[in-house]
Amino acid sequence: MAAERYDLNKQLAQMLKGGVIMDVTTPEQAKIAEGAGACAVMALERIPADIRAAGGVSRMSDPKMIKGIQEAVSIPVMAKCRIGHFVEAQILEAIEIDYIDESEVLSPADDVYHIDKRRFKVPFVCGAKDLGEALRRISEGASMIRTKGEPGTGDVVQAVRHMRRMNSEIGKVVSMRSDELFEEAKDMRVPYDLIEYVHVNGRLPVVNFAAGGVATPADAAMMMQLGAEGVFVGSGIFRSGDPEKRAAAIVKAVTNYQDSKVLAEISEDLGEAMVGINEQEIELLMAERGK
Amino acid sequence: MKIGILAVQGAFIEHQKKLESLGAQCVEIRQKSDLERVSDGLVLPGGESTVQGKLLRELDMLGDLRSRIEGGLPVLATCAGLILLAKEISNDDHVYLGTLPVTVERNAYGRQLGSFRTVREMEYVGQVPMVFIRAPYIKTVGKDVEVLAEVDGRIVAVRYGKQYAMSFHPELNEDSKIHEMFLKECRREQQIF
Repeated sequence: MAAERYDLNKQLAQMLKGGVIMDVTTPEQAKIAEGAGACAVMALERIPADIRAAGGVSRMSDPKMIKGIQEAVSIPVMAKCRIGHFVEAQILEAIEIDYIDESEVLSPADDVYHIDKRRFKVPFVCGAKDLGEALRRISEGASMIRTKGEPGTGDVVQAVRHMRRMNSEIGKVVSMRSDELFEEAKDMRVPYDLIEYVHVNGRLPVVNFAAGGVATPADAAMMMQLGAEGVFVGSGIFRSGDPEKRAAAIVKAVTNYQDSKVLAEISEDLGEAMVGINEQEIELLMAERGK
Repeated sequence: MKIGILAVQGAFIEHQKKLESLGAQCVEIRQKSDLERVSDGLVLPGGESTVQGKLLRELDMLGDLRSRIEGGLPVLATCAGLILLAKEISNDDHVYLGTLPVTVERNAYGRQLGSFRTVREMEYVGQVPMVFIRAPYIKTVGKDVEVLAEVDGRIVAVRYGKQYAMSFHPELNEDSKIHEMFLKECRREQQIF
């Protein structure tokens, strides 16, 4: 991928900042999400909670279903492919998707290699649990990062853990002497120039969103206060009592994440949140897929 | 000099950094009460216009913003900001601020694969780099609207009084000419009062 295309792809992620990206499975849901203020939608056949419940192999969605969603809304449309499945990615590029999520939510197609994302013109977002994972994905060509969290659980604990870990590792790299960076790059198994970027700038070279387990406006605001630049919400919306209202409230929470009065107001009367599963009750840890 | 930057969603920090490096003070506008602290100019940044427009409506900020702009507050609007200002959107029923008599087309260059950058001439500033991300362009302009730049026969930057609006992103590169021009406009305003 040409450097110019990569810049444009990172810049699209910059435009999404301060926004909420919502999982949708039908054009109707996509319209509800857009109407509620989503800055992009993620088109997928089943939301993570249902993938978790159904078990079995989970794959890229039917292109026809994705096209239906592209036609229904004017905001960017993203879609997921399996980790390492470069042909699914080629198919998504052929239908001009705005962003591909090489996602641990689907069953991995390759247990060693991720997709060489630099060979594509369309941008990629990838999940990460720590700084090393994030920088490895970026060196493969990802132009946006999100925490992995634990999708489909409605439990924010792991997204919090991943965001805190990433921040503390960034802090450590910033505080290092410059002659220590070479060893750090080797330990993290990442290119030196990316470690140097983090050392100088104190942040990832791409936009970083929170994802995995966000279910309430308070969850979203907490992730923003922890340093996320925006939020993905998956099962949390369309698995709740009043999706439209909850979606709109989460959008407002991300904008006014530091104003507790606003947060109190929009947290009222949202109906039932998704039931969720606690970390200890999960059999399948999706965050352990693809490192 | 105090410039307000609409900060409900999108790439507002990029504008802030650029204006601060040129010596301006910036105020993030996230709710209605923040507007009182804005005295010299307003930036409407890029992002998703549907999100920004909806938040402006729900946070009850449209009316106040509109009257400040109509009262002569200088505005720099980029991409989504241009859509918020436009009096008409050809492929969308919404009108948000409607203070700029132009018709814009949203996502006029298609999806992300249609995003591009180029360097072109712009009135008052000369050659500038232009980054277009899922960008709109301006289809028609009303009376007294000055066209500042075109790319391949399509209008991409205009001026109407103290409203400067463009479909590309001057905040996404190292060139500061457009922000300098805008601050000059804001300063001119200061001297009058």
